[in-house]
Amino acid sequence: MKSGSDLLRIENLGISFSMLGGRLHVVKGANLRVLPGKVTALVGESGSGKSVISQSVMGILPNTAKATGKILFTDPLDGRTTDILQLPTDGEQIRALRGSRMAKIFQEPMTSLSPLHTVGNQISEVLAIHTESSKEERRARTEEMLDNVGFSNPSRTYDMYPFELSGGMRQRAMIAMALICRPALLIADEPTTALDVTIQAQILELLRELQHKLNMAMLLITHDLGVVANMADEVVVIYHGEIMEAGPVEAIFRNPQHAYLKGLMAAVPHFDMKPGERLKALREVPVKTDTLWAKKKEVANAPEILLSVRDLTKSYKTRKSGLFGRKHTTEVRAVDGVSFDIRRGECLGLVGESGSGKTTVSKILMRAVTPDSGSVTFDDGSGKINVLTAQGDDLMDLRTHIQMVFQDPVSSLSPRMTVQNILSEPLEIHGRGDRAYRLEKVRGLMQAIGLDQRFLNRYPHSFSGGQRQRIGIARALALGPQLLICDEPVSALDVSVQAQILNLLKDLQKQLGLTYLFISHNLAVVDYMADRIAVMWGGRIVELAPREVILRNPVHPYTRGLLAAVPFPDLDRPLDFTTLQASGASEQGEWAPQFRPDEAGDPLIPADLGDGHFVLARKNVDVRELRPW
Amino acid sequence: MTAQLPSPGAPLQHYVSTAPFDPMSIEVMTEEQAKLHLASQRKLMWWKFKRHRLALASGIFLLLLYGMIVIAEFLAPYNLHTRNVDFIYSPPQRVRLFHDGNFVGPFVYGRQMSLDMDTLKRTYSDNRNDVQPIRFFCRGDSYKFWGAIESNIHLVCPAVGGQMFLLGTDRLGRDVLSRIIYGARISLTIGLIGITISFVLGIVIGGLAGYHGGVFDLLVQRVIEVLQSLPSLPLWMALAAIMPVSWSPILIYFGITLILGMLDWTGLARSVRSKLLSLREEDYVLAAQLMGASSARIIGRHLVPGFMSHLIATATISIPGMILGETALSFLGLGLRPPITSWGVLLTEARSVNVIAFYPWLLFPMIPVILVILAFNFLGDGLRDAADPYR
Repeated sequence: MKSGSDLLRIENLGISFSMLGGRLHVVKGANLRVLPGKVTALVGESGSGKSVISQSVMGILPNTAKATGKILFTDPLDGRTTDILQLPTDGEQIRALRGSRMAKIFQEPMTSLSPLHTVGNQISEVLAIHTESSKEERRARTEEMLDNVGFSNPSRTYDMYPFELSGGMRQRAMIAMALICRPALLIADEPTTALDVTIQAQILELLRELQHKLNMAMLLITHDLGVVANMADEVVVIYHGEIMEAGPVEAIFRNPQHAYLKGLMAAVPHFDMKPGERLKALREVPVKTDTLWAKKKEVANAPEILLSVRDLTKSYKTRKSGLFGRKHTTEVRAVDGVSFDIRRGECLGLVGESGSGKTTVSKILMRAVTPDSGSVTFDDGSGKINVLTAQGDDLMDLRTHIQMVFQDPVSSLSPRMTVQNILSEPLEIHGRGDRAYRLEKVRGLMQAIGLDQRFLNRYPHSFSGGQRQRIGIARALALGPQLLICDEPVSALDVSVQAQILNLLKDLQKQLGLTYLFISHNLAVVDYMADRIAVMWGGRIVELAPREVILRNPVHPYTRGLLAAVPFPDLDRPLDFTTLQASGASEQGEWAPQFRPDEAGDPLIPADLGDGHFVLARKNVDVRELRPW
Repeated sequence: MTAQLPSPGAPLQHYVSTAPFDPMSIEVMTEEQAKLHLASQRKLMWWKFKRHRLALASGIFLLLLYGMIVIAEFLAPYNLHTRNVDFIYSPPQRVRLFHDGNFVGPFVYGRQMSLDMDTLKRTYSDNRNDVQPIRFFCRGDSYKFWGAIESNIHLVCPAVGGQMFLLGTDRLGRDVLSRIIYGARISLTIGLIGITISFVLGIVIGGLAGYHGGVFDLLVQRVIEVLQSLPSLPLWMALAAIMPVSWSPILIYFGITLILGMLDWTGLARSVRSKLLSLREEDYVLAAQLMGASSARIIGRHLVPGFMSHLIATATISIPGMILGETALSFLGLGLRPPITSWGVLLTEARSVNVIAFYPWLLFPMIPVILVILAFNFLGDGLRDAADPYR
């Protein structure tokens, strides 16, 4: 290996796509490099062209794309430099590089493994393509790699199918597949975006560890500056296909210069925010609700508690029928004895990783899922409504009080309807007013979410993710609800857009006097929004407390794990992988004994720590014992 | 100015772009994008469809054909049943422009028939002195336009007292070209009527199965499997045999379309069902449910528009099957019978090897069948590509 050479050197790269209307230039004159054994992070919002750059490095650009410039890859093994753009797309040379000398891991672990082959089969296939080795050798090397990426029983994992693994485990398998040939360059395209924070921390730690161990270079593509601060040596910030700022990680984080980078940094919610401190969104949305009818309602004698949930339980039965009709029924408790109250005008945050049952809770509240037992009562001062049994007119009435904002801005808007139709549909269903009245309301809604009136006749496909999410919020507001259930409303969005949506939701809450149930897997986001926070794990609420209490004084090991797992865009506060490991985050077996069910099978009950702070623990445990230190 | 890379291996300088920066620029669209984004679904589909040249050409071709069947009487030089007893099994005549080196416009030579006394075969020869110029917008056989308006104006007709059989004649001396033009009426419409029936059946049955699932779905799936496993030819024969011989030809025609339609819905029902199943899971359907929308509204406003374009594409591709089905049935003598004329009926004339060997022009009706089926396939292909404009 020549000393002092770049492993990957991208010079003046331009990429354009042919579209229906003409050519679209998505990358303009980009320069960047990756040093051997170092990590270069490419940071930008969606649509900035960062993924396209990674595709061009691997030579897997779509056919409609045209690339100009140079992508020089210098293999440290033999010191030869190749210009990837000059190689034929599926020629022998590029195929010899792909998978062997450079490898890629993708964002979506659920779809990037073939469901028809075992994990080991897919990983050892890479070896079969690039090396000459016997079957036994391949199996041995694959198992060694699986062991490296943290599978406790590699030989068993080898014969497992992807569907048997969780998202985080699949991402580990993907990493094993990418690294099996010891590539000189790993391209990680948003490797942790689809994962929960706790899993994200684990994967980041794994990537960093392996990168050091194998002395491998990495091109890390992400929109999350927190991830960058924890991983990168050099940082390149890209916006709209052009590089805005580049430099060593120290310079970037200690001395950010460009308005865009500063904007991105200001948009990340963090735990040090003072109460009432506002995130600075890159693109702030003005909220004007004066034309909206749903003025802040002052009900003098309204009860304090708007929604009361008691002992909700929902279990799913999975049936495995054997070949000869024998049936094994396994019961999974998605929601297990969940109780909480939502007070009028507050925002209750519900945090937990995927599979913790938080979405099921929200769907039960919306009557999209029927629970096995439990009760939900809604009371806005005009009489109690039993949410779970309401029928006919009562149910229709209830629909106007509780509405929902969805996670996925793409699938939550009907693609064949214009914005106007989408927004006026709830009014039509409930027979509110005539055409003119509805149009006026729709205009008011558009103003409330800061979208231009001219967009009324456009279709959802012409909006960005953030704009679509705003339309989703407007639709939820159309009937003038009092309670808004936001199910991961920002987890599909970039950090910069996330701040915009969060601020919008906050402003709307203040001006319209709304009550929120805010669901997210990211504790930092929930912390920004919520007054009280409930932490869910395994279908149960393990800790519930006012926001400051949970941050200052988390008791449950899972909550502590969540707090430690959020990456900050701050070099002085790196992720503490050792505490993460020690707290055992999502492994119930590693929690302190007082938080685990005992051998006798006595159920866990919420222990009251005062100040509205509850934590799920053993029945006979002393409150002082629960305090960590 | 863009960032300059340091020489290989050298430390990276802190680079800050000095280009003007506008945080909104990513949301501002170029003119082309704006055009694309402001377009409705239908417009996007049209743009995408237009790029499929073959499909566009096929679409125009089919439009012309359907336009043609409206004015078949006017276009055909002869009537459907006009017999020319002197010109039985006359081979196609060539249209010429020059006679003896002089330009005289389109004309045909007159024909002389002689009977080969050994084989008893009629042989025709051109009489090189008998120039019969073709007339345009002329008076010829009189007809009733759509059975109502009496007229005798044709686009082209033979010279007065002459003949013009561009595609030859059949065993009764009827002009094959005219019969093909008339036959298009039945052959092209039977596909449409049949597809309408199967469309309705497919959407209703498939829609119910997809939306409600459960026992009904199970039942429908099994019925579809049984229907699809039946060999189609014997089934057609059986169903055609049920139809009473005493029925009028026009009733039989409807009977046949009904049979074709009732056997063809299975594929469509399946695709409707699977599409519904996948669309039902979309968040916007849940959103509509949470607003309190009724099932009918959800199916009508949210689900059906979502896959209508796919259905139209599927239907277009299955029209050729209908046309072929009619042709096959009629060819076997089970479908339409004279005096109703379709392309299949015309082909029954060419059923024996002898006839094909001696009078190959009786196979000419195959050409429009092939062209129409290809055109429908290309059109359907283009529609299917256009149906999902976002991909």
